[in-house]
Amino acid sequence: MARFTQTFLSRNAPPRCDCEVDRGVNVELAKTRRLPDLRGFVLPALAFAIWWAVSAIHGGKGGLLVTPEQVWHTTWQQVTSGALAKALGASLAREASGFAIGTILGLALGISLGLSRLATRMIGPSFDTFKQISLFAWIPLISVWFGLGDAAKVVFLSLAALLPVAAHTCDGIHAVPRSYVEAARVFRYTRRQLVWHVILPAALPSIFTGLYLALIYSWLATLGAEYLLVAGSGIGNTLIDGSENFRMDLVLFGIVVVGVVGSLLSGLARAAERAVLKRRGGALLKENV
Amino acid sequence: MTSVVSEGVDIDRVSKHYATLPVLDGVSLRIRAGEFVSVLGASGCGKSTLLRLIAGLDTDHSGEIRVAGERVRDTSLQRGIVFQDHRLFPWLTAAQNVLAALRNAPLSLAEKRRAVAEHIALVGLEGFENAYPHELSGGMAQRVAIARGLVNRPRVLLLDEPFGALDAQTRGRLQNELQRIWQHERITMVLVTHDVDEAIYLGDRVVTMAPRPGRIERIADVNLPRPRERTDPRYVALRDELLAGFAQSPIVQP
Repeated sequence: MARFTQTFLSRNAPPRCDCEVDRGVNVELAKTRRLPDLRGFVLPALAFAIWWAVSAIHGGKGGLLVTPEQVWHTTWQQVTSGALAKALGASLAREASGFAIGTILGLALGISLGLSRLATRMIGPSFDTFKQISLFAWIPLISVWFGLGDAAKVVFLSLAALLPVAAHTCDGIHAVPRSYVEAARVFRYTRRQLVWHVILPAALPSIFTGLYLALIYSWLATLGAEYLLVAGSGIGNTLIDGSENFRMDLVLFGIVVVGVVGSLLSGLARAAERAVLKRRGGALLKENV
Repeated sequence: MTSVVSEGVDIDRVSKHYATLPVLDGVSLRIRAGEFVSVLGASGCGKSTLLRLIAGLDTDHSGEIRVAGERVRDTSLQRGIVFQDHRLFPWLTAAQNVLAALRNAPLSLAEKRRAVAEHIALVGLEGFENAYPHELSGGMAQRVAIARGLVNRPRVLLLDEPFGALDAQTRGRLQNELQRIWQHERITMVLVTHDVDEAIYLGDRVVTMAPRPGRIERIADVNLPRPRERTDPRYVALRDELLAGFAQSPIVQP
């Protein structure tokens, strides 16, 4: 306990910030949010208009450029035939299992790196090196060991989720202000109480950042996995099919689906984060942006 | 609320170094049970360090500190402490923060809840039990911190510049509150401050410390009835005397 506490005591934390400023910012936000902000739609609308115009002039010959109608037709086909549901279902199931496995392992790794000097000394250097290796560099090894099926993909996704969760959990724990740890010492907290009631709650905003990134990374990695470990179905396979059969309508449809799912996941994660952390006030939320 | 007559604090030739830098040099002080002692000094004189040693947050020193006859070897629920930064946990409400101090107290949950309610009332924060620290003003947060420091019914309450970060009006109000609480609870209080006026207003004795290395320079008795009048000639004379002592001491290089 003493040595462990010392680890924290040697670290200093920035002073808590002033709530008045935060309230001011919130008021500003509230004002601008009264009207739905449509400015973000300008660019996509413009791109769509140009696409429409160019494809109308071009006439869809040669298949390099398809018309919005063709994409719409494909979309309709994909939705009604159940192909979209099947592909998306397969991708999301992978995403979910990879995210879950990666998060659990990432939390375990991050917490042990954050709390234990032994773990920091023993695993820390390897973990730091491991972080520098592009995930895609593991693909050949994964495909040799796990094949090209779901197992290999889930392993890849788990890796993608594990890294941000472990890194942010560890950083969040290291950034816990020593003043909190001292307060806990004054109340005679045991090590277990210190970890459970002080360190983890204090690190929660940072842990959430890690979870958020894990969700996004594992979705990106889902596409990567389906591209590079080509077997089975998934939204990535839809894209590959489109590209192999030179069906740009299918490719564009796939891209839109990937984008929409990605932003939905991101919105979901943000909403969950806000719901859990909003009561702590702006100071902590801002700290980890 | 029952009143506990507390026993005193004995500081016996305490010295401390940080590496080769002496921070405290042979500090001896005997604080009576139920006494209010102000420890006054410029920054760098080791007064906060002394308080941390009494709290048991730091045991790396020579000499001995005893509270109620027992040697300080670690932190204890018998010694509460209030820091300048309130150190409330931002993820807990005011009441939960006070309750957090009772986690290892030998009480039932119902007793703990009652103690929390009593101490929230003691610092005048009824109605703010469910407020989070960021929703409280600096003065209110410091009141919660005082409630949290007292809730274990310690023999000694250590106060490390508890009002240093507050505006003058709030500080004045909280000084009166603290005096009322001290008179009500009859426990020993040690207040570390760099505010001469605060030291005299609250202390039975004012211990002035000098820096480099930190040592006790003088101990002044404040034999004035409470609540003290800041315009009382004797008050003014003592303040001038202590301030003059400050002016003479060498400037500490940061």
